[in-house]
Amino acid sequence: MIEYFWLALVPPLAGFLFNGLAGKRLPARIVSGAGCAAIGASFLFLLAVFAEFIRLPASEQQIVHRLFTWIQAGTFTAECSFLLDPLSMIMLLVITGVGFLIHVYSTAYMKGESGLYRYFAYLNLFIFMMSLLVMAGNYLLLFVGWEGVGLCSYLLIGYYIERRSAGDAAKKAFVVNRVGDACFLLGVFLIFKTFGTLEFGSLFETVSRTHPQPEGGFTVLAAITLLLFLGATGKSAQIPLQVWLPDAMEGPTPVSALIHAATMVTAGVYLVVRSAALYSRAPDVLLLVAVVGVLTALLAALTALVQRDIKKVLAYSTISQLGYMFMALGVGAFSTGIFHLFTHAFFKALLFLGAGSVLLRLHHELDLFRMGGLKNSLRVTCWTMWVGTAALAGIVPLSGFFSKDEILWRALDSPLGHPVFWVAGLVVAGLTAFYMCRLMFLAFYGSPAHGHGESGSEAGTAVTAPLTLLAGAAAVAGLIGLPAYLGDHRLDRFLEPVFRYSYDHGVSASHASHSLELLAAGAALAISLLGGALAYRLYARDRSLPRRLADRFPAIHGTLQRQFRIDEAYSLFVVGGLKALSRRVLWRVVDVGVVDGAVNGTASLFRRWSGVAARMQSGNTRTYAAWIVTGAALVFLYLLSVIG
Amino acid sequence: MGMVPATHYLALGAVLFVIGVAGFIVRRNVITMFMSVELMLNAVNLTFLAYARTWNQVDAHIFVFFVMTVAAAEAAVGLALILGLDRHSQTLDIDSADKLQG
Repeated sequence: MIEYFWLALVPPLAGFLFNGLAGKRLPARIVSGAGCAAIGASFLFLLAVFAEFIRLPASEQQIVHRLFTWIQAGTFTAECSFLLDPLSMIMLLVITGVGFLIHVYSTAYMKGESGLYRYFAYLNLFIFMMSLLVMAGNYLLLFVGWEGVGLCSYLLIGYYIERRSAGDAAKKAFVVNRVGDACFLLGVFLIFKTFGTLEFGSLFETVSRTHPQPEGGFTVLAAITLLLFLGATGKSAQIPLQVWLPDAMEGPTPVSALIHAATMVTAGVYLVVRSAALYSRAPDVLLLVAVVGVLTALLAALTALVQRDIKKVLAYSTISQLGYMFMALGVGAFSTGIFHLFTHAFFKALLFLGAGSVLLRLHHELDLFRMGGLKNSLRVTCWTMWVGTAALAGIVPLSGFFSKDEILWRALDSPLGHPVFWVAGLVVAGLTAFYMCRLMFLAFYGSPAHGHGESGSEAGTAVTAPLTLLAGAAAVAGLIGLPAYLGDHRLDRFLEPVFRYSYDHGVSASHASHSLELLAAGAALAISLLGGALAYRLYARDRSLPRRLADRFPAIHGTLQRQFRIDEAYSLFVVGGLKALSRRVLWRVVDVGVVDGAVNGTASLFRRWSGVAARMQSGNTRTYAAWIVTGAALVFLYLLSVIG
Repeated sequence: MGMVPATHYLALGAVLFVIGVAGFIVRRNVITMFMSVELMLNAVNLTFLAYARTWNQVDAHIFVFFVMTVAAAEAAVGLALILGLDRHSQTLDIDSADKLQG
């Protein structure tokens, strides 16, 4: 059965086709039921595959299935091949598992929306494309999934087609991603030009033979990895392409959960980990990855501190956590990045779905300062979101504690790490705890600042069941990656075969004693608790101080609120520059001068010369005769000159 | 009295041809122009025959028969055209038929 693992792609695709083609005329129950069933079937199938997969010896946990030869042109061959290894296995389980819960939740959240068939069709296509992305056996097929995910995010962010801002946000996400996609494609071209293959297995094997040692400086591997990383920054919302993600909150809340937790943003992390054999041999690019990750984590966490929009807080939090993941990848701890991706998928999906539950109760009031006092009417949402918050803040023993702590420890301990990364990570941990507790206190405690009354309840089992399940997962998911001082890191061992061709920097070997690791963990925990306590002081007990601080330092507050004015800078320099270039050069010179000039010039040239030629056609027979004679005479003279 | 040399025939043919061309261009009466065309055809026939005798070849004779056949057909079409022109504009002046112009 295991060799048919690629059949997991079929149910989401079937669901997409079913809802996309026939859903319009079907009742909402069938549409949403089909959407959920498709992903549920895929998940159950993958669980069965996993049960078989985990019994295989590690050396055989690399199953390649060639479906057919996709492109054959000269020496270029692209197979339609699928790869199942521990990395794609774990990604597939997260995508379909979390995706399924989000589908179920959507049936309640989207109840009564028009165009439900469209929603579920896109959602299924999203899962299909993401599964294709992580299952692809070569870079080109991966790119198909990569583009498909971008398309689906565009369709879903712009789901509320009657709202202009939704359309704008969708376009922004698409265009910003396009920049990354172009770099990704260039990287793929360079891979083929250099190594002559795009299949993961043979490519990484070749690389490990031709480049046994990592090399600093601008080698061809550095160029490839840099281009791929730029692609990853687009999908995973890292500096400099992070601007699309906060705007993507325009989509329905379950879509945000799907984009942020299980699909889309994890694609960049996946790409880097998949290419670990390349990245581990380009240490300078790894350093860049780490620096970008740290900067993104810091910047996004600072921005999240002052957001009023509940979904924006979570959006910046996602960017910040992705920064953590890239920091882990940058210090060479690839499996640690996947570990955090894994735990983050649960608690971030949970937090978004919880926020969606709040929005349902408050009729889509997004402003945190107009919430408050919801803890009595939304009991399940409140306690599950506390689990998510604690997990995200890294409170022991929830999942986030283990994964975040491992990232911090690797940043300090890895040969590629640096204490600066560790300190920055600690600061981000404190900020994370602060902004999440702020969100919780503002939304659920204090007196209600909304006009929707004290009474009211959860939206039903379809909302609370996914929340409860995700809370359970967010609580215990960390146990698959216990730190060395507690026991066995199962995830590390499970993922080992993935990195067989990577250069081993000795990241996972511990360089320091357990006591130092424990001390570092304690420091991270203390800082998180401190952040939470500060949020309690500022937002639970006396809410006047934040207001006074904001009034006192309007410049800092405004800068933070507007994400360091990066959007403004982009629209001034990039968009403005492009517009000026388009108007001054491309329109006035190239379009008017060259393109129009060539077309109009051709036309006027022919008009002028056809006037001359038309004069020969006088209508007078004898003139024609004279022309014939002249022509014949010329031919005669020519023949004479040739013969004579 | 010896044989007339071929150059004489060729010269006569050339002269007749040029008279035909000139007549076709300068005369405005359609019938005269028609006669000029006949003159040119016969000038060519004469030239063909002169060469045929010089090279002792039969091919040119066959050509002449073809030319005469075409000339007969052309005479039939040409006379019909002349009649048509006369009926249409009650004149045989070729310059009156200049409506078709660029």
